[in-house]
Amino acid sequence: MLKALVIDPGKCTGCKQCEMACSFENEGVFNVSKSRIRVFDFHTEARFVPYTCTQCAEAWCQQACPVNAITTDRASGVKIVHENLCVGCKVCTIACPFGTINYNAATHKVAKCDLCQGNPACADACPTGAITFQDVEQTGFDKMKVWATQAAHAATHQGPNTPAAKA
Amino acid sequence: MGWARKILRVNLSNGTVKSEPLNMDWAQKYLGQRGLATKYLVEEIDPKTDPLGPGNKLIFATGPLTGTAASTGGRYSVITKGALTNAIACSNSGGYFGAELKFAGWDMIIFEGKAPKPVYITVVDDTCTIHDAAEIWGTSVWHTDEWIKKKHQDPMMHISAIGVAGEKQVLYSCIVNDLHRAAGRSGVGAVMGSKNIKAVAVRGTGGVKVKDGHEFLKATAAGKKVLQENAVTGAGLPSFGTQVLMNVINEAGAMPTRNHRQVQFEGAHAISAEAMATPRKTDGKPNLLTNQACFGCTIACGRISKIDEKHFTIQNKPQYWHASGGLEYEAAWALGSNTGVDDLDALTFVNFVCNEQGIDPISFGATVSAAMELYDLGLLTKEQTGGIELKFGSTEALVKCAELTGKAEGFGKELGLGSLRLCTKYGRPDLSMSVKGQEFPAYDSRGIQGMGLTYATSNRGACHLRSYTVSSEILGVPVKTDPLTTEGKPALVKAFQDATAAVDSTGLCVFTTFAWTLNDIAPQVDAACEGGWSPERMLETGERIWNMERVFNMRAGFTAKDDNLPPRLVKEPAQTGPAKGLVNGLDKMLPEYYQLRGWTTDGVPTNETLSRLAV
Amino acid sequence: MNYVILGAGPAGVTAAETIRQVDKTGSITLVSGDGEPPYSRMALPYFLHGDIKEQGTYLRQQPNHYDSLGITVTLARAGGVDSSNRVLHLSNGEALAYDKLLIATGASPVVPPIPGSNLEGVHTCWTLADGREIMKRAGKGQNVVLVGAGFIGSIVLEALHLMGSNLTVVEVAPRMVARMLDETAGGMLGRWCTAKGVKVLTSTKVERITGGSGIRGNELAVGLSNGDTLQAKLVVLAAGVRSNTGFLVGSGVAVRTGIVVNEYLETTVPHIYAAGDCCEGVDLSTGKPDMLAIQPVAVEHGRIAGLNMAGVRTRHRGSLNMNVLETMGLISSSFGLWQGVPGGDTARLVDEAGYKYLKLNFEGDQLVGAQCVGLTEHVGMLRGLIQTGVHLGEWKQRLMENPERLREAYIATALNSAHAGPVGPHVKTPVAKEAA
Repeated sequence: MLKALVIDPGKCTGCKQCEMACSFENEGVFNVSKSRIRVFDFHTEARFVPYTCTQCAEAWCQQACPVNAITTDRASGVKIVHENLCVGCKVCTIACPFGTINYNAATHKVAKCDLCQGNPACADACPTGAITFQDVEQTGFDKMKVWATQAAHAATHQGPNTPAAKA
Repeated sequence: MGWARKILRVNLSNGTVKSEPLNMDWAQKYLGQRGLATKYLVEEIDPKTDPLGPGNKLIFATGPLTGTAASTGGRYSVITKGALTNAIACSNSGGYFGAELKFAGWDMIIFEGKAPKPVYITVVDDTCTIHDAAEIWGTSVWHTDEWIKKKHQDPMMHISAIGVAGEKQVLYSCIVNDLHRAAGRSGVGAVMGSKNIKAVAVRGTGGVKVKDGHEFLKATAAGKKVLQENAVTGAGLPSFGTQVLMNVINEAGAMPTRNHRQVQFEGAHAISAEAMATPRKTDGKPNLLTNQACFGCTIACGRISKIDEKHFTIQNKPQYWHASGGLEYEAAWALGSNTGVDDLDALTFVNFVCNEQGIDPISFGATVSAAMELYDLGLLTKEQTGGIELKFGSTEALVKCAELTGKAEGFGKELGLGSLRLCTKYGRPDLSMSVKGQEFPAYDSRGIQGMGLTYATSNRGACHLRSYTVSSEILGVPVKTDPLTTEGKPALVKAFQDATAAVDSTGLCVFTTFAWTLNDIAPQVDAACEGGWSPERMLETGERIWNMERVFNMRAGFTAKDDNLPPRLVKEPAQTGPAKGLVNGLDKMLPEYYQLRGWTTDGVPTNETLSRLAV
Repeated sequence: MNYVILGAGPAGVTAAETIRQVDKTGSITLVSGDGEPPYSRMALPYFLHGDIKEQGTYLRQQPNHYDSLGITVTLARAGGVDSSNRVLHLSNGEALAYDKLLIATGASPVVPPIPGSNLEGVHTCWTLADGREIMKRAGKGQNVVLVGAGFIGSIVLEALHLMGSNLTVVEVAPRMVARMLDETAGGMLGRWCTAKGVKVLTSTKVERITGGSGIRGNELAVGLSNGDTLQAKLVVLAAGVRSNTGFLVGSGVAVRTGIVVNEYLETTVPHIYAAGDCCEGVDLSTGKPDMLAIQPVAVEHGRIAGLNMAGVRTRHRGSLNMNVLETMGLISSSFGLWQGVPGGDTARLVDEAGYKYLKLNFEGDQLVGAQCVGLTEHVGMLRGLIQTGVHLGEWKQRLMENPERLREAYIATALNSAHAGPVGPHVKTPVAKEAA
């Protein structure tokens, strides 16, 4: 069974430790603008939504790549950008309908979540369990659906640490 | 590293902006944020300058751990000469603004002079621009935030702004960032308003580097573990927020009530954390929606609340129907128990107004309660309040006062003076529950003796965040002391003051110190910054900062006479609770404190002390 | 089963691989006309300015990729198709019998009817061979004239600029990339190029190319409609492309601008399919056939044609027209109906000084088109919003007021929609927007 990032927006507090961990792991600096996972803040609705690539089975980015610079790791299902092959044409960035592969102007390559070679730093860094790395049944779009459903209902959830109301 | 090593100097009079290298010698002595920015301020301004005049400067400063993965590493402080106090002011805020400023590549911004007309400032990475603020002057913080993001078409900007209160120089107006986090105390918002700065918007896409990444991750991970496993930071604060204290402090008999006439509030439970989480009778929904973290914070004590849309305060006012920053303990106390109001949604609304227009809910609530006492004594009449029946316990009066003060209109203009000036005007300065012009926070020093010394000696006027001995006296952190005695408190206060000054200079949140000591913090600073930052060095840095602030205040005209408490706290004994019959024993503590500090009996730092600390 | 695939671009290669996934035993022959291993034209500009070696342009990187899949690669060009006998004649005289034939011959650059365009030193930029020739001539300080500032011209432009050429672009249209960018975006791009030191001449025609002064290697002279003459060492022609269908004469395969196909990518002749730049696939936005000569569409076509050829009946619901372009560091992109629809609303953010532009075209509360300059973060969300046709509800008005909030709008709406789910090369997911 494949492991995947499971994101529960209902547990997110918006602390951005995931973004810090991701940028440090992948770029060597604390720089949330370079993070491959992003927390969206719907402040008027009191919800925070972490968002990143689900390693979808459809592999839009991989299919769009003209030079075979994105491949799927057979064992993990992870879509990996091979920087030595990426020419920076950005076609994958418009082809991915989730918007989770992005161009890095500093490197002239695209970057996406690759689950940190099987040990995602964001999940490690998340203090509330909003991001976990787990065995999952669903793949691709189904994963996104589950995620989205949770995101939709997060607003009606109590927060992660909200005490149960006393009767 | 840790530091960006760059400061931005904005001269508002000339309309110029300039990048300067950070003074690294000073950084080694004062670390960052509170300490380092205070050093810049004391070097650059005349201590006697009018805080609201162009001679004052306003500094937004981050610490070396701001914008790193250290838990709570997202703080910034505003350092200036306080409008409310005429003393050194240093107000600390969370949210995301501080980290964003660091990502833009700046340790601090120094604003000097005064803009000829209202302006706002954008800092987008290296580029700082001064813009005309005519279109947003006279509007709220919330409107300004939205307007700037729209104008610059960048929802990722983080904005610090003042509301109408700051523009009109309400003396306890604050600077609000990210809609509901604030550099709240001492009137820093009025200083910003006096310089004609409406807002500062930042957007940074750079990174923050640390000295040793591997060590840093190890040290910060260890720190996070400590926070997680601690009962206060791991469970109490995330679940209940600072409101965890409401019932605790009330039971300790240290809950100032009705302008400190009483020390326990019969309505405390109705405005407590537990009440916030309980579904309302009216609409079946709780006031509290969720908790929120500031940048990098693994505690997440922030409250996000929503008021019942049918509540009288927001009927037909959809602008308040969304979720926003809810009640923290200090606000719940100041707006609630200190005025005798126990309507939770009304307090939440007043808190929203404080955020929306940028006023400090502590000083506001305390000023309203002082005014209520004046009204109760017949020293202030309905005519003088503009028709408000300013009775203790009147929700309507409180709400009206908030709306007027936020915009500095009508009686709100008088309330905007703060309790000391207001009470002086009506002949009873003794009814102002303040030190150096700044109102007390939510701990009655008859029930928590150490807090009396804390307030009396705080460099920025009465404040709990300069030395939170409540930790020790009530919560038993790091060691339990008896809140009802004065013994050992001078040493306790000094230790807390020095350690807190160091923590306030790192970029971390002082709430971590419910769980962390300098032994937990120093390794994180040391892994990020050159210089060998041991706990001892941190503590010495804190002491150096404390003395520097003290010297500034003395040069500004303060003396030992200003290290005092209002007569009520030292003459009128508590009537109920564990402290029944007690007054605060400041006179017993102060001489010992001066001695421990290495100050003269008049509270003046000796030359030996100053040279030992190389101030 | 005997599959023959004519053309080894992305459409042909994807079709061959797709067929192999379904049919493990059939014979698959991939005919490559360029005399090279299958490579990507998209990568040519990066080859030109030395980012990558030739190998880096290859569509598949493993050396034995085709062998390992049992796909025979034949280097030859098409001669003609004998559809009644199901035989493909090749230019080398060979004949290949087929059960299923895919035509994926792509397109070729149009050589405009300019006198002198056959002179030495005048090149199109389309093949690896063209690339090698251009690299020989263009270089630091050399005068280069680029004819055409369309999509391909603008990509080549960047490569030529990076090579240090002294570059002039001549475009007959009133703005750059007129088929992908509107006046605002095209104008921004023009100003950007000018600021970077490229001379941009719009609304200008090249009238003739003749011999040049010879000074500093300027062997060519380019006469313009404005009366000027430009000295040049190299002239690069990027004046559009035309589908490669000449060999189909007499085959019965109907051709308009490109090969006519139905929604299963079948041509008008049984057993013959077409995919990629040579055919008129359905445009998702209009439901009408159109030439969408872009890499992702070629791949979609290739995949769907391959499935149909191998017996998995699969309908093509249309491809989204989209494109992304980097021109000397300025990135622009367009999606769907970027010119808007009658009666639809348009939200715009324009920052001329900052070279930033975002335009959203709505039909009702659905996004149908978009255009960006200088905006790359999560840009794929635009495709997601357009392709899923999600109803934006209250977010429509928020986007009208502040188009930059599209990421929030996407998170809030697209993934919560009952119809959510991208369509295209994979066929399992539901479709939000039926071709009209």
